[in-house]
Amino acid sequence: MKAARQETTITTEERLQEPANLSVREWKNKIFKGIFTAAAGFSLLMLIVLILRIFTQGIGYLDWNLITSFASRNPSDAGILAAFVGTIWLMAVTAPISFILGVGTAIYLEEYANKNRFTSLIQTNISNLAGVPSVVFGLLGLTLFVRELAMGRSIIAGALTMSLLILPIIVVASQEAIRSVPTNLKEASYAMGATNWQTIYRVVLPAALPGILTGNILALSRAIGETAPLIMIGALTYIAFLPENLLSQFTVMPIQIFNWTSRPQEEFHLVAAAGIIVLLAMLLLMNSIAVWIRNKFQRRF
Amino acid sequence: MLASKDNNTQAEEVYEPNTARPADSVYKVDQLNLWYGQDQALKNIELEIPEQQVTAIIGPSGCGKSTFIKTLNRLTEMIPSVKTTGGIYYRNQDIFDKKYKVELLRTKVGMVFQNPNPFPKSIYENIVYGPKIHGIKDKKVLDEIVESSLKGAALWDEVKDDLKKNAFGLSGGQQQRLCIARCLAVEPDVLLMDEPTSALDPISTLKIEELVQDLKKNYSIIIVTHNMQQAGRISDNTAFFLNGEVVEYDRTDKIFSSPDDKRTEDYISGRFG
Repeated sequence: MKAARQETTITTEERLQEPANLSVREWKNKIFKGIFTAAAGFSLLMLIVLILRIFTQGIGYLDWNLITSFASRNPSDAGILAAFVGTIWLMAVTAPISFILGVGTAIYLEEYANKNRFTSLIQTNISNLAGVPSVVFGLLGLTLFVRELAMGRSIIAGALTMSLLILPIIVVASQEAIRSVPTNLKEASYAMGATNWQTIYRVVLPAALPGILTGNILALSRAIGETAPLIMIGALTYIAFLPENLLSQFTVMPIQIFNWTSRPQEEFHLVAAAGIIVLLAMLLLMNSIAVWIRNKFQRRF
Repeated sequence: MLASKDNNTQAEEVYEPNTARPADSVYKVDQLNLWYGQDQALKNIELEIPEQQVTAIIGPSGCGKSTFIKTLNRLTEMIPSVKTTGGIYYRNQDIFDKKYKVELLRTKVGMVFQNPNPFPKSIYENIVYGPKIHGIKDKKVLDEIVESSLKGAALWDEVKDDLKKNAFGLSGGQQQRLCIARCLAVEPDVLLMDEPTSALDPISTLKIEELVQDLKKNYSIIIVTHNMQQAGRISDNTAFFLNGEVVEYDRTDKIFSSPDDKRTEDYISGRFG
């Protein structure tokens, strides 16, 4: 049969014949496409439902008053000012601390450290820390910062705790960004007699900066919504003053929102929804900045 | 090992420099061994590299020629698993000496890589990178360095109006000449070239080859190539590497006309590799 086939020339019809299982393959392709589309659609649908619900509930209480007033026993007077300012304070202190510690660690691990048991121990620890529940970080903050270092229930204690919480995310994201800088650029720099630091400062960091900043902002976005560790270190739930310095007591938006939703009065739930809108807007703003930075500094290699 | 040593001494005896004064050697390599982890990549390398000449290193893929050229400016140290024994002397200084600064070595010994690797910056910024890291800040001086380096790399006429444009906009051949110009800006003594034309088209290759001929008036050049015709065209001396050893090292015309070693002859005539 084979021999015969080799001798005869192949007809045009044979050339055009489609493989036997082609229709099955196409069918499978369609099924998997359907599954993946449904998966993506489901999470999008949930997000839309959440946003719709929050907006229909909270839009009535969403006005300038909400941001300019302190919390109150009266739902119509209640505002989120103290928590809003507290969140901004907390973020403003957390951001530089976690940036310096996180990016510093990443640079050390990627560019300076020898690959040995010690560094692989650090690496494993960092990966594990990313999975530790935030309440545990709260406990750590309570023992170490609030009590041991006697910082009290202050912004600085909260910010340090928050920095510890998001540090693993920042380190891992920054490491990824630093690692993605092409080796041949680093080689070019070293081959001209540049020191380690000159190469890091002039070649590695500029190229890795978009990735590093994106990672940092996304980590901060996580921190902005965290409640548990701050409750652990004793952030207040009801204050009618603004924090004045790093040692002031404070509250943040998620705590205020949680406080409102746990009240029996229906109106407070609506105020909470309005508070959530403010929190979401802030998150959205931060994420937009992350995307903007990524696009602005994106470099091709 | 013995063979390479013999050839080495022979090369010194037969060698007649084509410059007026006798050639000093820029590099003396003494019993160099190198391992990647457990794998030995270089075995007892013994070479002397004369100044202001072009020394070509040829050999099949994986013979250690790229590894060898990267040990000359200690760039192999970027790979953690690398171990070396033996000595390399650059102008009679032991480059593996603890007191010898690797940054100084790399300032004196420039390197051009296989694939053009300009920084994602403007043409101007690429050239001034080296001078800036060595502390030159005067704008006027930097401008002069940019012009002379680009002229030295035969690129000035093509890019003089586009100095602020991103280097990635240049063609592959232009990028490679930019990388050469970037090296020249540091005013090195030696230029290491690791297959500088393997990613380029024939016309760009020709330009780089002409440039190499030009550059050897002022620089000592060591060029790795897997293109034997190229080695024949542009080099004064040729070392043939095989499996991490130097099989033969001699004047290029000798290597290409009457090599001593059968393996060299087989490789040159295209019987393997």
